[in-house]
Amino acid sequence: MTNTTSETSSADTPPPAQGAISDFGIDTTSQSTGEAVRDYVARLRGGELGPLPALLGLVALLIVFSSLADTFFTLGNIANLLAQGASITIIAMGLVFVLLLGEIDLSAGTASGVCASVMALHLVKGGNLMGGMGDTVFYLFCALLALAAVLAALMRIWAGTALSAVALLISLIGVPANPWVEMLLAICVGTAIGCITGFLVAKVGIPSFVVTLALFLAWGGVVLQFIGQGGVLGLNNEVMFKVANGNLTTAGSWALFAIAVGGYAAVVLGRHFSRLRKGLVAPPTPLVLTKVAAVVVLGAVGTYLLTLNRSASSLVVITGVPYVVPIVLVLLVIGTFVLERTRYGRHVYAVGGNKEAANRAGINVAQIRMSVFVICSSAAAIGAIVYSSKVGSVDPNAGGGNTLLLSVGAAVIGGTSLFGGKGRLRDAVIGAAVLATINNGMGLLKQPAAVVFIVTGLVLLLAASVDALSRRRAAVAPR
Amino acid sequence: MTEPILDLRGINKSFGPVHVLHDIDFTVQPGEVTALVGDNGAGKSTLVKCIAGIHPIDSGEVYFEGEQVHIHGPRDAAHLGIEVVYQDLALCDNLDIVQNMFLGRERGKAGLLDEADMEQAARKTLTSLSVRTVKSVRTQVASLSGGQRQTVAIAKAVLWNSKVVLLDEPTAALGVAQTRQVLDLVRRLAEQGLGVVLISHNMNDVFEVADRIACLYLGRMAAEVLTKDVTHGQVVELITAGRSGDLGIARPESATI
Repeated sequence: MTNTTSETSSADTPPPAQGAISDFGIDTTSQSTGEAVRDYVARLRGGELGPLPALLGLVALLIVFSSLADTFFTLGNIANLLAQGASITIIAMGLVFVLLLGEIDLSAGTASGVCASVMALHLVKGGNLMGGMGDTVFYLFCALLALAAVLAALMRIWAGTALSAVALLISLIGVPANPWVEMLLAICVGTAIGCITGFLVAKVGIPSFVVTLALFLAWGGVVLQFIGQGGVLGLNNEVMFKVANGNLTTAGSWALFAIAVGGYAAVVLGRHFSRLRKGLVAPPTPLVLTKVAAVVVLGAVGTYLLTLNRSASSLVVITGVPYVVPIVLVLLVIGTFVLERTRYGRHVYAVGGNKEAANRAGINVAQIRMSVFVICSSAAAIGAIVYSSKVGSVDPNAGGGNTLLLSVGAAVIGGTSLFGGKGRLRDAVIGAAVLATINNGMGLLKQPAAVVFIVTGLVLLLAASVDALSRRRAAVAPR
Repeated sequence: MTEPILDLRGINKSFGPVHVLHDIDFTVQPGEVTALVGDNGAGKSTLVKCIAGIHPIDSGEVYFEGEQVHIHGPRDAAHLGIEVVYQDLALCDNLDIVQNMFLGRERGKAGLLDEADMEQAARKTLTSLSVRTVKSVRTQVASLSGGQRQTVAIAKAVLWNSKVVLLDEPTAALGVAQTRQVLDLVRRLAEQGLGVVLISHNMNDVFEVADRIACLYLGRMAAEVLTKDVTHGQVVELITAGRSGDLGIARPESATI
């Protein structure tokens, strides 16, 4: 494979003011494809696996299930799979931030349940949370929201203060029921919960495992209190229902494809060539082009398939990309941007890598540690909106059960390290895809729940082992 | 003799009842390597931490470039152009060289990162130090050797147009070849006109790179001498007994912590 593109583009633009820099020893700026591949293999051998094991696993699962279950690769099932995995994906994306610091948030699941039940309560009671909760509980609820706002202000996490205050306002004023207000309320309640968790971990100094284990139990109780034993709050609302069950129109689907894939290509290629122009370290051009082309083709095929009619009956027509796809994509893009292109994201990685070094570099470690819990709980609230919409109701078990375990599992299976400092947001998406595929495929194969749980557990164990082993490998890799 | 870039006069420091530094006078000349030697517990690290603003001094005066300054915290020291390279490096393993060098002081507008600018600046600094051993400035620090890591830590200190660099045992954990690299780098820092303070236990290193040697004995400045005026044995005596011939404290036996 030739490498002319990258060579010419770096050769005919003499890097500015770099007489000395070209002097810079063996430093390589643009690699050839061969070098890049060798480099990648060396990194793999050094224990930097990234999402590779998860991707291989996903491919294996797809092959196994499609050969065993005829219905697996039907359009209806693929769309179903996306909707099933969406909420887990979103909660897992929030958890990635926490895991990057080497912390854990065990309360993300039940915290999302609290958000879901507040949202449902607000809708069902027509905005009268006080009536829904009872006076005492309502005042306690408001006091906690106010406390969260104050704690966030203390740590100068202004977004946390603002959103907690919004939740407080919506609750106190009694804004009439409106699906958009409810969703905003859910997210704001999530933020407030995160402020409290984060403060306990970062400022009070309780290990995150203990704080979130305690809160896991407490929030579970709160959900029960809000909804009542055996109660169910139905979400009888068009907008609310469509979040997880609606689809874009065919035109909308293609517009999404154009924006998402076009945007991706523009950003990746623009950045790549700008780096080459400035004589900076850049991967080989053919590799970048291949990557972009792969995304374009996959995106086009996926969009095309999802715009076909996938209804099982001839009476209704179901077409279009499900809404959850753009929701997950938007969150993925925003989160990735924050982690990789902003100062805040850099500091998150730094604190996860070496807290002491970050501290000496002048980073406010406590603030960073608190902020990741705020992000995690806010993401959990968005996940709560999606799963409540999928089911169409909120019951006392919302966010309980294995919601949390699947989310943590998704992040870890995708390649996020439990030891902190290593992982990307896309890991959560890949990992959630693996878990959703297992759940969906095993269901189609009519396996009992027992088997599904055991297999899911083993896969998680496998992923954690891969993480631990690759970490050990990295530690002994030649220096 | 040129004006010292950093001049400490009569520094005292106690931790509770323990009087760690007794009337320390210490000067750092620009373009010179000053070795700070002394036995364990002699107060080397405490002195460095006082200069870096990590510990406030109890009494005494600090002059920087001829003007009296008051250092109240690490930020003040950094602002003056005093950088410390700590023994345990303070690098993040999961970040690459550029990211580590700019950690906490990233360039860019409105919270966004200007990677291109940072990469070029990092490369320029490494080039100016004639560092040729790292393959790429985008290599993760985790995959560097001990000497390379030390190099990155030192380059990080130089990046900020610093005027005084304090190195706390930079060669303690290194092999022969890597020690070589770091000592060369220390020399180059001085050649660029920086004031360099090298804390070391290794006499060979000290005699190889230092222009002057300052010897601490039980929290007192036993002697500040030119390297060429003393022998190996004299310095060892100064370290262990506080006195060697005419050099050193008048009555070391009466010195107490």
